[in-house]
This record gives sequence, C-alpha cells and structure tokens, in this order.
Amino acid sequence: MTDKIQVRGLDLFYGTFQGLKQITVSFPARQITALIGPSGCGKSTLLRCLNRMNDLVAGVKITGTVMLDDADIYAPGTDVESLRRRVGMVFQRPNPFPLSVFDNVAYGPRLHGERNPVTLRAIVNDSLQAVGLLGVEGVGLGQPALSLSGEQQQRLCIARALATAPDVLLMDEPCSALDPIATAGIEALMQTLVARYTIVIVTHNMAQAMRASHRTGFMLLGELVEIGATERIFASASDERTRDYLAGTFG
Amino acid sequence: MMMMIARTRTWMATAHLSDAVIERCLQLAAWSAVTTLALITLFILREGMPVVFDRGPMAFLGDVRWAPTRGHFGLLPMIAGTAVVTAGALLIGLPLGLAGAITLAELAPMKARLVLKPMIELLAGIPSVVYGFIGMEILVPFIRERGTLGGPGYSALAASIILGIMVLPTIIGISIDALEAVPKSYRDGSRALGATQWQTITGVVLPAARSGIVAAVILGMGRAVGETMAVIMVAGNAVQFPGSLLAPVRTLTANIALEMSYATGAHARALFATGIVLFIVSLSLNAIAGRVRSGKRASFA
Ligand SMILES: Nc1ncnc2c1ncn2[C@@H]1O[C@H](COP(=O)(O)OP(=O)(O)OP(=O)(O)O)[C@@H](O)[C@H]1O
Ligand SMILES: [Mg+2]
Repeated sequence: MTDKIQVRGLDLFYGTFQGLKQITVSFPARQITALIGPSGCGKSTLLRCLNRMNDLVAGVKITGTVMLDDADIYAPGTDVESLRRRVGMVFQRPNPFPLSVFDNVAYGPRLHGERNPVTLRAIVNDSLQAVGLLGVEGVGLGQPALSLSGEQQQRLCIARALATAPDVLLMDEPCSALDPIATAGIEALMQTLVARYTIVIVTHNMAQAMRASHRTGFMLLGELVEIGATERIFASASDERTRDYLAGTFG
Repeated sequence: MMMMIARTRTWMATAHLSDAVIERCLQLAAWSAVTTLALITLFILREGMPVVFDRGPMAFLGDVRWAPTRGHFGLLPMIAGTAVVTAGALLIGLPLGLAGAITLAELAPMKARLVLKPMIELLAGIPSVVYGFIGMEILVPFIRERGTLGGPGYSALAASIILGIMVLPTIIGISIDALEAVPKSYRDGSRALGATQWQTITGVVLPAARSGIVAAVILGMGRAVGETMAVIMVAGNAVQFPGSLLAPVRTLTANIALEMSYATGAHARALFATGIVLFIVSLSLNAIAGRVRSGKRASFA
C-alpha cells in the first residue's frame, strides 16, 4: 500500500493560536481516511493544509512538510493553482456556483485552459456519470445548479471537483447538510470513487466513519492522537483519550 | 402584592400606549411621503397634460423645433441631448465605477477600504453646483483649447465627463453591496478548483453579483438623467440636435430650469410636459432597478 500523502511535523498557527501541533500522518492511496474529533480540534484545518486553502487565511503560518507523491507541496515555487487541481475539495454545505450544471462542471477545466467544446462536453459527461447525475431527470446540462436538490447539489460539487482530474478528494463533513437517505447516497458514491481516488473525509458522524472509511484518525486540541484501521480504532483504540471520546459520543 | 401587579399593569399600559403613538407617527411619516409623491405626480399631470391633449403627443415627441412662443414644442433635441449625455456618462462612469467597486470590495486591503469608502461617499455629498463650477473652470477650457478637440468647450462631452464622475458614488456604492453579498462559499469553491483570485472575480463573483451591478448602473443612469445644475453649467444648452460630442446640447432638465422662471401660458405648460417625460423616464429607471435587485435577493436565499 503506497502513501499518496505524507505529512511530517506539521505545525500551524492562526496568529498566535496554534491550530495544529506536530502532525505526522500518511494517507494511503485509494483508501478512505476519516478524521474525527470534537468541534474545534483542527480537523478542517488539517484538511485545508492538504490543498493549501489555509494560505488564503490572513496571518496563518505553517511549518513542516506535506509530501504529495514525491514533492513537498509547501516547497517554495510550488504552483498552488495546479496543486488544487490535483487535490479536489468538497465543502460542508453544497456550494454550486449560480451557473448552469454544465458551467459548474466545466469551470475547473476552463480555468486550466480547456476551450474545446467537444472535450469539455466529454469531461462534463464523464464527471456527471461518475457521481450518478448523468441523465437524471431534472438535471439537464443547462439547468441552473441552484435548482437541484441538496443531495444533487453536493453530487454536482463532487463532479465539479472530479472534472479537474484530481488524485485526491478532500471532503469536509460533506453530508452534514443532507438527510439520512442523501447521506447514504453520498457514502455509496464514495465507495465507488475510492477505486480511483484517495479520499480524506472529516466527519462528526461516528457511524459514518465506521461505515464508510478504511482508516480513522482521532484529533484533539490540534493533535492527531492516533490513527489506524477503522475497525481497530472503534473496537480497541490504544489511546485512552480516543476510547473516552468514542465512549462519550456513543454512550 | 396587588399594588405591584396593578402598577406593572399601568406601566405596561403606558408602554403599549407609547408604542402605539410611535407606530402612528411612523405611519404618518410614511404616508406623507407617499402622499407627497402622489401630489407631485398629480400636479405635474394637471399642469402638463392639457397641452399634450390639446396639441397631441406628436407635437412634443415628433418635432425637432422648440420655440414655444411661436407654437413649436418639439422636445426631440432635448430628449436626444439627455440620451447622449447619459450614455456618455455611463461610458465613463461604468468602467471607472466597476473598477472602483471591485478594487474596494475584493482587492484592496482592509485599511485602504476604510479610508477610500467614506471618501467615495463624500463624493456624493458635494453639491452639484460645485461639480459644475469645476467643469466650467477646468474642463470646458481644457476641451476648447486642446487642438484636437476644439469647439466652444461647452459641450455634450463636458457634460458626459462631469456626469460620469457624479454617478460614481451611486455605481460604486451599490456595486460594492452586490459584490459583498456574494457568499464566501462561492469564492472558496472557485479557489479550491485552482482559480486565481482574478479568475474567481471574473468567473464567479461578477456573474453572481450581476443583477446588483445592473441595478447600480440603472440607478446611476437615473442620477445622470435627473442632474440639472452641473449640466446647465457645462453643456452649452443650445437647442439643437447633438451633431457632435463637441457641440453644445440641452437636456430635458436644463430645458425646464432655464425657462421656467419667465415662461407663461402655453410655454409654461409645455415645460410641465417636459417634466412629465422626465418623470416617466426617472420612475421607470427606478422601478426597473428595484425589480432587478429584489429578484436577485430572492435567489440568494
Ligand atoms: N481562520 C481562522 N482564524 C483563526 N482561528 C481559526 C481559523 N479557523 C479555525 N480557527 C481555529 O482553529 C481551531 C480549529 O478549527 P477547525 O475549523 O480546524 O476545527 P474543526 O475540528 O474542523 O471543528 P468543527 O468540527 O467545528 O468543524 C479552532 O479553535 C478554530 O477556532
Ligand atoms: Mg470543521
């Protein structure tokens, strides 16, 4: 099992507040890794380090290395825009642009210079196919994206991320705005996507982590307490804090 | 105990009473504004409509001669003058205003915004006669004395430039509101796909803010159509079809303001008819802008 991403000694400061402390972790290729932990422990922050979205926060300071394949994404001279194309992100609330379905999915490829209408059409079709939106009633290509249902919007956002041909998908509580049926739909989709993509998902839903992930990492106060195979973490975590947290959230 | 309850009751009663009084006053204020608008409308219509019925609308809208004392009431030169000057103002004000709004809402650091935004609002507070004054003293001579431009200086061009500056606070202010109303999640989504900041502005933020910006332009247009004093001071005011940007023009507003003080009889009523045209244009622009804006607000929710 090769590691797609290797994080080593990552520290992050928001001003003087330390949001991440000496994070060292790897994310194996074509596996789903779930990050769990109480609110404010730094799950989203860690996720946003993996595509350098934290760079957009004023006053943030990051040290340590994040290797994507064999290159440190924080090395000077890294092309952040093409990094973000390779590491797609799906947000907590579905955030399709107020454009048509087609223009949403074509947005990324157009940014990166794709102008050929035939190619764009093919990319859009493939991406919508991958998330199960192709040919769905009421999801025409010219339809305004904001007229779709919540689940369809989230699927569209995943398709939009897939359209730039990433290797990695980062998902920050992608189901928290969805009902249980829609959640099950997105979880099933993740299981098909993982054949081609490395997925890191933040979730507050323990049952979701248990159902949907291969590996689970528990974070607390900016630290990664432990990470391992999901069954092991839930059955017999080695750290007391993990056991307490899981007992607390289930009990 | 009973006393206390009784006292609380009277206290509550007075509170309710003062609420009611305040509510009444606010209602009164609101209605007086509406009534004023209605009275103005009625007044203008009463003064202006008879002459329109008398001569027929084509005497106003189909004639290029304006000589009210000799029975010619053609408003076409003034309508064209207003149109040219307004279009010119937008041609100047729209790119500048949009650039200003994007800079202030998206690009400038917080400190610069805190200084610049109030300054732009200040621009709206300068009396229009001051704009006219600057136009007369600096712009008009400049246009007249540049070899390539020439003409009398008092011209459609001068009026367009002055108006182009005067519509800036309207266009910038409303466009900034529209840009700031675009949810952060759109920007994050765009950046996460690998868009640069500029690509995000052109690809997502501007399309999302489009109707607000359209409303800004329409309201700016209303401001340009309605402006009087500054235009009179720099436009030259000759009653003629604007043949060139460097030729003098007269706008609808200028027509009324220049002649009302001495007009009598049919002449005065023809000026009221001018007012009706102006009134309709202004109200339509405001109504359209309102429509465009509220439509957008609903779609963000
Ligand atoms: N832009 C920021 N500026 C300053 N502090 C921040 C910023 N973003 C997050 N933080 C702080 O960093 C800590 C970690 O935040 P983060 O959003 O990563 O938590 P989280 O584990 O994702 O929580 P949640 O489960 O509520 O989403 C929190 O204490 C938060 O207040
Ligand atoms: Mg979070």
